[in-house]
Amino acid sequence: MTETHSRPGFVRRYIFSTDHKIIGIQFLFTSLTMLLVGGLLAMLIRWQLGWPGHALGFMGTLAPNGMPGGVMVPEYYNMLFTMHGSIMIFFGIIPILVGAFGNYLIPLKIGAPDMAFPRLNMASYWLVPPAIAVMLSGFFMEGGAASAGWTSYAPLSITLGPGQTCWIVAVLLVGTSSILGAINYIATIINLRAPGMSFFRMPMSIWALFITAIVTLLATPVLASAVILLLLDRTLGTMFFLPAGMVVDGVAWTQAGGQVIMWQHLFWFYSHPAVYIMILPVFGIVSDILPNFARKPLFGYHSMVYATSTIAVLGFLVWAHHMFVSGMNPALGTSFMVATMVIAVPTGVKFFNWLATLWGGSIRLTTPMVHACIFLATFLIGGLTGIFLGSMPVDIYAHDTYFVVGHLHYVLFGGSLFGAFAGITYWFPKMFGRMMSERWGKIHAVLTFVFFNAVMFPMFFLGLAGMPRRIYDYTQYAHLAHVGGLNRMMSVSAFILFTAQAIFVVNFFWSLFKGKPAGDNPWQSTTLEWTTASPPPHGNFATIPTVHHGPYEYSVPGRATDWLPQSSPS
Amino acid sequence: MKYWLPVAVSSYGVQVDRLFMAILWITGIIFILVEGLLLWCLIRYRRRDSRPAAYFHGNTTLELIWTVIPACIVGYLAFASQRLWAHIQGPPPPHQVEVGVKAEQFAWNVSYPGPDGRLGTPDDLTTINQLHLPVGQVVLVNLSSKDVIHSFFLPQFRLKRDAVPGITGRVWLQATATGHFEIVCAELCGLGHYRMRGFVTVESPEAFQAWVNEQLAAGQT
Repeated sequence: MTETHSRPGFVRRYIFSTDHKIIGIQFLFTSLTMLLVGGLLAMLIRWQLGWPGHALGFMGTLAPNGMPGGVMVPEYYNMLFTMHGSIMIFFGIIPILVGAFGNYLIPLKIGAPDMAFPRLNMASYWLVPPAIAVMLSGFFMEGGAASAGWTSYAPLSITLGPGQTCWIVAVLLVGTSSILGAINYIATIINLRAPGMSFFRMPMSIWALFITAIVTLLATPVLASAVILLLLDRTLGTMFFLPAGMVVDGVAWTQAGGQVIMWQHLFWFYSHPAVYIMILPVFGIVSDILPNFARKPLFGYHSMVYATSTIAVLGFLVWAHHMFVSGMNPALGTSFMVATMVIAVPTGVKFFNWLATLWGGSIRLTTPMVHACIFLATFLIGGLTGIFLGSMPVDIYAHDTYFVVGHLHYVLFGGSLFGAFAGITYWFPKMFGRMMSERWGKIHAVLTFVFFNAVMFPMFFLGLAGMPRRIYDYTQYAHLAHVGGLNRMMSVSAFILFTAQAIFVVNFFWSLFKGKPAGDNPWQSTTLEWTTASPPPHGNFATIPTVHHGPYEYSVPGRATDWLPQSSPS
Repeated sequence: MKYWLPVAVSSYGVQVDRLFMAILWITGIIFILVEGLLLWCLIRYRRRDSRPAAYFHGNTTLELIWTVIPACIVGYLAFASQRLWAHIQGPPPPHQVEVGVKAEQFAWNVSYPGPDGRLGTPDDLTTINQLHLPVGQVVLVNLSSKDVIHSFFLPQFRLKRDAVPGITGRVWLQATATGHFEIVCAELCGLGHYRMRGFVTVESPEAFQAWVNEQLAAGQT
């Protein structure tokens, strides 16, 4: 760490930097770009769902194989939702929450000059651009990009073209990046906390990132091994996931003896904890933002920590609730249902604690606060609809329908993305030294909220009407003959939702250069990152701070100001 | 209703719908209470310079209450779900008709026992995408796949089960009304997934038997 205090040249400072702040910002820009790419793919999906088989002229030129003459072919539709899901999850949400906020916030909030392993940290970022390149290169392969869904279920994923191999290699690369990052976060939080920063004085965002890193470290190697086995099945003639007697397209496969469902067990053993990787950091971010703008201590800090830990542990025991109708032993389902239902309890505790934090506060509805409140409002829907899917008999019907699509978008957009917007607007002044526009920030938040609901809420009704997910042309089915109108309304809303993000982009870049100077502590916050300059200098703090207080000492009676910084001696 | 569950036509479909409605009521009430409380807090406790924020860190009694009550609710839901699950997915009741359904890209191969009364023998009656069921009788479906995973989804029957290569799954159903319905493939199975559609005809046992005989006769000529 010590050597980084000398001032390096441009390339070492901004590109191959070992400074956690630069790496965090690199993750931020990369993931925001990928959210845009994933969003564009979603627009094409919505085009096909709104107007099945209608030509979209310019796409005939851009994707002549996928949309000849502008009319989408089914293979291309399968690629679009596969890549939309994979990009959003692996290159959008996980890197923005864990990569950007984790890197930027952990050393600043625990009072450390940098991460424990700055070079490992740089490596964890620089694995991501190649992973993105490999993933997207699938579009230029024979037969196109991966098209077996982001879940890549075997044996379909074994029978498809080379784009699927790109998917596997990209996931392997980005998984390695996650593992490196997780090791670094855990080592940093355990070893580099400033004097006085005991575990129970850490802000909830740091607790959440710490627990997320542990989950990442335990779950991601399982995904890595699973995709390696899949790769071997595809390329070297092994048969981990290939059963006897498979005849695909008239050709009998000679590989035999594998277990098809084993892929699902391995995949979900990672991918259910991954849901918590994508939501726990947001729980932490929101737990930091709500007390600040309610000017009130976080309600039940200790129970928040225990609830987060409980969710993380239970998150490892519920993976097969994605597999209730997979053909696994039905008796096995019961234990997974019980564990799934039990997760509602610590999640409920967190929710009620957030509401109790608002109770009796003096609430300032700034842009980050608006996003945090939208998170509360929409994530609630994601959580409650999860109870339907957790109940096995109801899941028999709802599984693999649009009900699931609605549920997961309320969790990952309503939860993770609004949480990310809250975090970006909250820490933007610290990252770049300037304020974002409050007015345009709120306009963006409200438009996103309205049109997000207009796209996603009708999905529950489509699911109830029996519309399966991942379906290129629902007009094939008689029982779905009447859902076209609703789908068109959703598509129009999706286009407006996407367009509204331009407000955020413009606000972001305009504020980057022209925003009002922020000063050290524009939100009058208590935690350590606000005691240093905005943006913080190399090494973060002029002198390493000493911590005397918990992270949420707002409106302490008898004080002149309504915030008591963690490092304040009195 | 247009955007709602289609009318259930299987014996356990009604029970599934009842459980669904119970969860809808419980989560609906929680939804309204929590969103209401959130809005009320945001309005009631909006910034007033004359009124400073309260200062407290928690309340053990309250936290216990909102741990125990949700635990009881989800405990009840898990219990109710388990009973119905055991009924639907447990050992099937004695069946009157046995059917084989073998999925492939992108069709449903349906087979009925031939004159020897046994499934899986050369005299089987086979159809493509045509599943006929006698109303009121318990039908056992032997579900398998030739190539990749498919999912055998009968929306009106509240029945779904993946058809997995290498495994023969067994599901049962008992239709409660005659009519024409659809088989939906609910698991992505390749480029033709969207058109992997089958047809279900539920008819009286007599009409069903007549159809079987007619098909067998047609097969022999």
